[in-house]
Amino acid sequence: MTLVLTALILATIAAAFFFGRHLAVARTGAAVSASFSDRAHSLPAYHGYFAAWSVGLAAFVAVAVGWLLRDKIEPSVIAVLILATIGLGFAFSYRKIGPRFRARNIVEGFVKAVLLLCSGVAVLTTLGIVLSLVFESFRFFEQVPIFDFLTGLQWSPQTALREDQAGQSGAFGAVPIFTGTFMIMLVAMFVAAPIGLLIAIYLSEYASKRTRALVKPMIEILAGVPTVVYGFFALLTVGPTIRGFAESLGFGVPTQSAIAAGSVMGVMIIPFISSLSDDVINAVPQTLRDGSYALGATKSETMTKVIFPAALPGIIGALLLAVSRAVGETMIVVMAAGRAANLTGNPFEAVTTVTVQIVSLLTGDQEFDSPKTLAAFALGLVLFVITLALNVVALLIVRKYRERYE
Amino acid sequence: MMSLNTQSDEEPMARFKPVGEVINMSEKREETIAVQPKFQCRDVRVFYGDNEALHGIDIEVAKTGVTALIGPSGCGKSTFLRVFNRMNDTIPTARVTGEVLMDGENIYAKHVDPVLLRARVGMVFQKPNPFPKSIYDNVAYGPRIHGLATTNDELDAIVEKSLKRAGLWNEVKDRLKDPGTGLSGGQQQRLVIARAIAVNPEVILMDEPASALDPIATAKLEELIDELKEKYCIVIVTHSMAQAARVSQKTAFFHLGYLVEYDETQAIFTNPKDQRTQDYITGRTG
Repeated sequence: MTLVLTALILATIAAAFFFGRHLAVARTGAAVSASFSDRAHSLPAYHGYFAAWSVGLAAFVAVAVGWLLRDKIEPSVIAVLILATIGLGFAFSYRKIGPRFRARNIVEGFVKAVLLLCSGVAVLTTLGIVLSLVFESFRFFEQVPIFDFLTGLQWSPQTALREDQAGQSGAFGAVPIFTGTFMIMLVAMFVAAPIGLLIAIYLSEYASKRTRALVKPMIEILAGVPTVVYGFFALLTVGPTIRGFAESLGFGVPTQSAIAAGSVMGVMIIPFISSLSDDVINAVPQTLRDGSYALGATKSETMTKVIFPAALPGIIGALLLAVSRAVGETMIVVMAAGRAANLTGNPFEAVTTVTVQIVSLLTGDQEFDSPKTLAAFALGLVLFVITLALNVVALLIVRKYRERYE
Repeated sequence: MMSLNTQSDEEPMARFKPVGEVINMSEKREETIAVQPKFQCRDVRVFYGDNEALHGIDIEVAKTGVTALIGPSGCGKSTFLRVFNRMNDTIPTARVTGEVLMDGENIYAKHVDPVLLRARVGMVFQKPNPFPKSIYDNVAYGPRIHGLATTNDELDAIVEKSLKRAGLWNEVKDRLKDPGTGLSGGQQQRLVIARAIAVNPEVILMDEPASALDPIATAKLEELIDELKEKYCIVIVTHSMAQAARVSQKTAFFHLGYLVEYDETQAIFTNPKDQRTQDYITGRTG
């Protein structure tokens, strides 16, 4: 039924287009005149689009109203209503179309409105997410003081299950979670930053065209590996390897550790850094390279003394984007970092991150009002603020750098 | 003519005495073979891939003075200019055959490192290309990478001398720490010349150095070229025939990858021997 109705309305809209175009041709003629006053304002097709828009909008409004009133009015009445509205759309176009009618401007206005609407959807969604985070976090902070949340050293949300204890145990101290996130990010950047940068330098300055065409896509495949694959790679391969190595040296190390998760995450963001930095280095004008070579500088002198400093702001931007990626990454750390909220500076211990805690707070049976669940929103909000700040700073730096050469 | 040559060869020697061994060697070389031209090119051909862009150029470039390369766009004059400091080496598909003797030594011989060559043959480009560094660091870049100064005072002296010689010192002496990219176009071009001079080259190549400058900056630049030609061998590519006539002593006319005519500038502009040269300088082609 719905399908048939949709098809019918689409057919009507198409008919309206041909109706409008035909009408325009008939009323204005195809004559070409030199003077503005003699000439039809818009081409026939615009009149067609105008008719199609009028009929389409009329049909949309009628169907929407009919759907809202579907329980109160007879279906036959609704059908008549829709037909009548469509007829009105045709009549409106019939009255309007003529040589002086500015169909083009109106159609372009419609198109602009549609484009605006689409971008509006994205903006409103973001706004909605932020607002829901803020409001739910606010509810959380009514039960657990924000100061305790941001400075508390103890995180054990399970103790808050009994209602009489909620918020009083001081178990919602987020510091261990953020230090865990920070440490894994550090390990990841320690792996990814040098390797990614050196790859970028090699690709942009040293590699031949053929090597570049071969190597660049292969590195970018790394970015296409699903994070869950990285996750079990970290858990099943890297973690045990590190543990085995540590045991051979006489240390006890758990399989799940910051270093296992962090190093695999580092591998994951290598293509991110190498690709962005490669673009940035390539954006340094060739004239600077020529200028340096012409002074008798070698390739490496040119790279380290001219190109790298010139590209540095952009490279820092790339690194910051990679950091925000690492901070928000979930799957790898869920599988390989552990869940214990240890407050430790030792990367060989299990730590937990913001994303891991959000996952464990919200999976399983939950009361939606408990501080335990609401804590997820507070964590999400803090995480969002951090990554947003990182992104804004990174983009500002990248933009500033771009302005310098253009 | 002869005495003027020797004089101009000796003067930079005296001024650059304290700056390292590299220079002393080149000075000695100049002394012993002062009678020779700076460059002798024999059957120089440049290929981009399979495409031959220059078809066997034979030319001699004098030790001092300005040699202008003129010709319509795409005639190979810029390509030929880049033969002298082997900048074509930086283009992966480019290949140069033939001989280019600099003071009697083939710069395309196996044992010649283009990096050392470019310290002796400086280059100024069409668009001013100061590095995004301070004015001081721009000029100090070459001396630093070639180790021409052992102390900061020596480096300061080189920077000051180079900027003075490029006619920029009075305009920038109070703001040496400001970015070189903040200067005006004409100042940037003179900064780039100072940067080239700082390495103490024997030759300065200029690839349409005034094409991005306004008439006043161009006049200043030409004045500078006129001063520099006493000490350096200058080869300049230019689109402006008036400029070639004003600044150069010798002019070479290139057309479709061939060297059509090479003579005293005066002779080229008043009495061209080839029809193609005449057509070009009178504005009938190009």
